[in-house]
Amino acid sequence: MADEKKQQKGTVAIAGAPRGLGSKNPKQGQTMTGAQALIASLEAEGVEVIFGYPGGQTIKMYDALYDSTQLRHVLARHEQGAVHEADGYARATGRVGVAFATSGPGATNTVTGIATAYMDSIPLVVITGQVPRAMVGSDSFQESDIVGMTMSVVKHSYLMQSSENIARTVREAFHIAKTGRPGPVLIDVPSDLLDEEVLFEYPDDVNIPSYRPTYRGNVKQTKAAARLIADAKRPVLYVGGGVVSSGASAEVTELARSMRIPVVTTLMAKGAVPSSEPLNLGLAGMHGSRYASWALDKSDLIIACGARFSDRVTGDINSFAPEAKVIHIDIDPVEIDKVREAQVPIVGDVKRVVTSLTLELEKIDAHPDTQAWIELIGEWRKQFPLYDESVGDLPDEVVPEIAMMKLSELLDPEASIVVTEVGQHQMWAAQFIERELPRTFLSSGGLGTMGFGFPAAVGAAFGCPDKTIVCIAGDGSFQMNMQEMATAAINDVPVKVVIVDNRALGMVRQWQTLFYNKRYSASELDSVPDFVKIADAYGWKAERVERPEDVVPAIKRMLSDEGSYLIDLVISRDQNVYPMVRPGKGLDDVIGVIDSGEGRTMEEGGAR
Amino acid sequence: MIDQVGRHVLLVLVENRPGVLLRVVSLISRRGFNIESLSVGPTEDPTRSRITIITDVDDESWEQITKQLNKLIVVHKITDLTNEPSIERELVLFKVNAPAEKRSEVIEIANLFRASIVDVGKSSLTIEATGSQDKMEGLEDLLRAYGIKEITRTGKIATARNSKDV
Repeated sequence: MADEKKQQKGTVAIAGAPRGLGSKNPKQGQTMTGAQALIASLEAEGVEVIFGYPGGQTIKMYDALYDSTQLRHVLARHEQGAVHEADGYARATGRVGVAFATSGPGATNTVTGIATAYMDSIPLVVITGQVPRAMVGSDSFQESDIVGMTMSVVKHSYLMQSSENIARTVREAFHIAKTGRPGPVLIDVPSDLLDEEVLFEYPDDVNIPSYRPTYRGNVKQTKAAARLIADAKRPVLYVGGGVVSSGASAEVTELARSMRIPVVTTLMAKGAVPSSEPLNLGLAGMHGSRYASWALDKSDLIIACGARFSDRVTGDINSFAPEAKVIHIDIDPVEIDKVREAQVPIVGDVKRVVTSLTLELEKIDAHPDTQAWIELIGEWRKQFPLYDESVGDLPDEVVPEIAMMKLSELLDPEASIVVTEVGQHQMWAAQFIERELPRTFLSSGGLGTMGFGFPAAVGAAFGCPDKTIVCIAGDGSFQMNMQEMATAAINDVPVKVVIVDNRALGMVRQWQTLFYNKRYSASELDSVPDFVKIADAYGWKAERVERPEDVVPAIKRMLSDEGSYLIDLVISRDQNVYPMVRPGKGLDDVIGVIDSGEGRTMEEGGAR
Repeated sequence: MIDQVGRHVLLVLVENRPGVLLRVVSLISRRGFNIESLSVGPTEDPTRSRITIITDVDDESWEQITKQLNKLIVVHKITDLTNEPSIERELVLFKVNAPAEKRSEVIEIANLFRASIVDVGKSSLTIEATGSQDKMEGLEDLLRAYGIKEITRTGKIATARNSKDV
């Protein structure tokens, strides 16, 4: 019991205290300008890296930043890039990502980045400059109401009104960003506050009576959950991003192993349970395997851990898992019953709850009889593989599925982080890249932000300099923030990029192929630009790969090179991601499942 | 008070700070629900304000809205009065046509409803009334015969009956 207490104290989600020195920082008690106090606050909080872009209303902040030896500022090439970089840094390290932007257009450029982090519950503190208080609301130059604009995509936001509040506001912002269900917090700072003289006193604690997340699960509910698990015949653990943010990978994996419960993961949870774990079925849902989707759909008990029953997982919710009872463990009470009714809701930190649940299961000596269920899933797994040579891909073309498998084999799962953009390549990566650790597969799950992956990879590279960072991109997504190649090049942080290049917006084109009579409206990009030349212009090494036999040697060259490296991997435009649950339909209504030895079963005209 | 189908009454205790009302209201309006009535004012604690919101939504959406509101950092406490014994009040100002020959009739109606005359013009009267929705509707019906020039409402405020505390 004492052990359990100790373990629970270390829970990531409740570590609201500053990572840095807090009130014991060397500048405590000094008189300084507001700008210096802002920088000193970030130092006291223990921040190491800030991603940002300066401007008129943040010049004073940047002037104070110039003196800091602790804070490393990474100059992005676009504010959106800066926020995604801070996001990638946060996802890779588990720390709070910090971004700076100036007022007006600088601030509005952060909106997509903030929304991306919000949808995936990523802790960020975004600090924007604002016009001086006296000019707010007067349509002054580079003014925008960023607090108003971001209201529905932040966990919380501040429009700072007094320089005396700078330290307390920063402390609160970090506390709110990383505790409970994490999320982005915006601080908008009118620039006149930065000139004022303030006494710097950084607090260690926050006092927000209206914000008290629940960490400990209800004991009665935990017991009820244990009884359901003990009696289940076809249970499945449905693991989401909350397991990653809570740091509960070990506990959830152990629960699966000890109770012999198969696991399906969401995109956000890839790596939370090792791919090598035989009970892990991987991704379920729209592009998940048939066996993972069926395991969810035909189960009699779904144990949802930090997952939110996204429509990309459940398909048509009305026909989803009709026989399943649901145990829903989530730190955010909003998620309970939001999409699927839970018979046993447990609001709390996943790590704590699963720890207590495991103890309770031991206490009642639970051994659910899941053998027949596991064998059945094993048969599905054999019959409906994610890829099989019988699908008849042309021998002289690069096959994306095979390329992903090869890349996966060549990566050290302990020493690499894979970051994806959004689209077909993202799904192939999710299907075929194997991951053993949490925080080693980063992807924009909720918002589906094209342009997220590459800057996020750059951010991850700053956070994890000892790991190989590989960004799997599409030619569409990569063009949305490829200016960040400069950020990687100038700061000498190596990022490896594989562009799965089909000269099209592949996912849109796939839908047009399958559901819109091959009317390719605005989805074809053509071979512009030449990515190898672009990379060259930024001082990157790059090569184009067009033949299947060149894939592995090229990946090896990329991984053994010390610097940033880009592979333009040319694939056919007609490659589609399968299986695919028909949009809006149930998990049973699937196109393009491979039936062992018989090739792909296609009900729709002619697409391979 | 008998509730209409789908009508929900919520008291939201919030920080008394700029921008707080916007956070609360935008959360509701974002989902396309119309707010029937809204009133805000400071409480016994000057750092807190109480918002009374009345809106028409189905129960499922209502539960989501309540949870989402609870999640806002600026929200201290939410009390759902929808199915609780409660007192609701609203202050209404009626500006009614009342030429000299009709004035005493209108004043008599106001008196019957324990409403007071707060302003008198050459051809109109302004009546201040407060009470339940039924009472206000009754008064409005009677005044309509004289011609109502303007109706201004404060929005409803509500509080739980004391019996709830006992």
